[in-house]
Amino acid sequence: MALLNNIGALTHALDKEMERDSSIIVYGEDVGYEGGVFRATVGLQEKYGKDRCFDTPLSEAAIVGTAIGAAINGLKPVVEIQFSGFVLPAVNQILAHAARMRNRSRGKYNLPMVIRMPYGGGIRALEHHSESLEAIFSHIPGLKVVIPSTPYDTKGLLLSAIRDPDPVIFMEPKRIYRAFKQEVPEEDYTVPIGKAKVVKKGSDITVVTWGALVREAQKAIEEVEKEGISAELIDLRTISPIDKETIIESVKKTGRFLVVHEAVKSFGAGAELISIVNEKAFLHLEAPPTRLAGFDITVPLPRGEHHFIIEPRQIAKKIRELVKF
Amino acid sequence: MLIDRYDPLEEEMLNILDKNGKIVDPNLEPFIENDNLLKMYQTMLLAKVADIKALQYQRQGRMLTYAPNRGQEAAQVGSIAATDKNDWLVPAFRELGAWLYKGVSLEQVFLYWYGNEMGSKFPEDVKMLPVSVPIASQLNHAVGIAMASKIKREKDVAIAYVGDGGTSQGEFHEAVNFAAVFNAPVVFLIQNNQWAISVPRSVQTKSKTLAQKALAYGIPGIQVDGNDVLAVYAATKEAVERARNGEGPTIIEAVTYRLGPHTTSDDPTIYRDVSEVTEWEKKDPIDRFKKYLIDKGLWSEDKDKSKYEEYENYVGETFKKVEGSGFVPLEDIFKYTYAEMTPNLIEQYEEYKKHIGEEGA
Repeated sequence: MALLNNIGALTHALDKEMERDSSIIVYGEDVGYEGGVFRATVGLQEKYGKDRCFDTPLSEAAIVGTAIGAAINGLKPVVEIQFSGFVLPAVNQILAHAARMRNRSRGKYNLPMVIRMPYGGGIRALEHHSESLEAIFSHIPGLKVVIPSTPYDTKGLLLSAIRDPDPVIFMEPKRIYRAFKQEVPEEDYTVPIGKAKVVKKGSDITVVTWGALVREAQKAIEEVEKEGISAELIDLRTISPIDKETIIESVKKTGRFLVVHEAVKSFGAGAELISIVNEKAFLHLEAPPTRLAGFDITVPLPRGEHHFIIEPRQIAKKIRELVKF
Repeated sequence: MLIDRYDPLEEEMLNILDKNGKIVDPNLEPFIENDNLLKMYQTMLLAKVADIKALQYQRQGRMLTYAPNRGQEAAQVGSIAATDKNDWLVPAFRELGAWLYKGVSLEQVFLYWYGNEMGSKFPEDVKMLPVSVPIASQLNHAVGIAMASKIKREKDVAIAYVGDGGTSQGEFHEAVNFAAVFNAPVVFLIQNNQWAISVPRSVQTKSKTLAQKALAYGIPGIQVDGNDVLAVYAATKEAVERARNGEGPTIIEAVTYRLGPHTTSDDPTIYRDVSEVTEWEKKDPIDRFKKYLIDKGLWSEDKDKSKYEEYENYVGETFKKVEGSGFVPLEDIFKYTYAEMTPNLIEQYEEYKKHIGEEGA
């Protein structure tokens, strides 16, 4: 057992898995010598050599495109897009090729590849560094989209992602890269893709969120608990394929549903979740299933970003509203 | 080395077989086994017959959209023939000759154009990717395949195809740059067929040649007569050997001409002059190659006529088979999206299956 933060868990998982499986290669901009701008890959080049961990030209489409080729030719690439805002040049490769290669080749070519990217706001970053684009990738058949929120899950989900035969978009909430530490077992374990986690049991309302907002929701729930409200908190962990079962089971019990996400509100994952709740648990509802999400705006630069960030008191307020509805 | 001898900046072009099928310089003639020469020729001929008939079927309303390759048979067959069985073919979407030579059956090709993805599931030992409709992005797959080959200490080379229009895409440049930086064993074969649908080569780039783009990335480029199967073969052979020997990527520009439309939805009479087509018809790659083989005593007009008829029948029968293949089963449209169907897909599949059961559709 080691006490690790999210970045430490990432490095640890990559290291363990590269040691176990020599077909894994790790690359991207600044990933090799420096170990990535967030140091997620630190030490890997030194340990595994330049063939298995290396720097590339500044070229997102080529990073993802070559990973597709490498996966077809028997390797397991884990590539890094430096910030999710920079993934846009590679979107053609992800949507038009990675997502479809298995289908297009009728199963001849699976793509065991992982595209890692730090995402989300709250670190006072430049433009194009703060977006949450999980809904875009989740909308595309053939991709899996995973977001861990704790060091334990980061290791377990990353190992699942690397071992998955399908392309996985692994989005890392960078705001909590170093926010806290947790015991992460040394030994091999996985956290399954497609399974949400009930972080805390409760009976009055189901709150679903993911990434950095899991901790914010926890704080909100602690606050309303003092007022006698019992909220169940679910960390979605995988945005696609979505774990309907856990959510429906919870809503049937609580009768109320709140989804909280950092991404802009419209056409997002929250809308998908509410739709699922309406389809599967409508008669159990005692209040309208509700979204608390980012505004439908370009994420503001640091001087205005605090208006955009969702805080525990906002979540607590929404919980109260829905319980009293 | 041929590749060093023809300067793409000076628009020098490798040509071995003139338009009458005569060797222009005996020192340039590549050595190719007789059997292989015949295989190359016959593949080109089959591609031609398949093309002509596919267009007819489409006009008869029996074939869906099809991308003809008439006129480009030498660029395709000449290049793939210079690779080994273990090398990878990464196609764009207009390389019928190369696919057939590589071992993809005509039935599969027709199946794909007939609207069934099963046409893209090639036999395990055919190392070819499915066609790529997005332009030029497939080049990065070839680079990745080649990088993996190098990392695994294997000797397999990737050959990737792109058109003149494809060289205007950002990913063309990313792919060539990546390949150059990593010394990846890949050959980029540009089929410069002069037109990207209705847009001429002159609107794609101000560069004198497309081959010269290689120089900006620090790798060699050569322009070859793309209707001269021996020139394409010789240049590709050299590029493949360079790649296999660890000397990195090469760009080959095969200067050729698309005699037909871009696809069956396109009408080239709107944007190009008939006289231009007539001029290129005189440089037909198949005629040139045929004359060369007849001169070598390997072929004859009689053999040619009977082979042509044989292929007409074969193509007809193959197409009939494909026409009779019917629709894909419901399960087929669901089961290849992920390695395992997700709960969502299972739910949608079961729901629809129940619906068609009830409706009897």
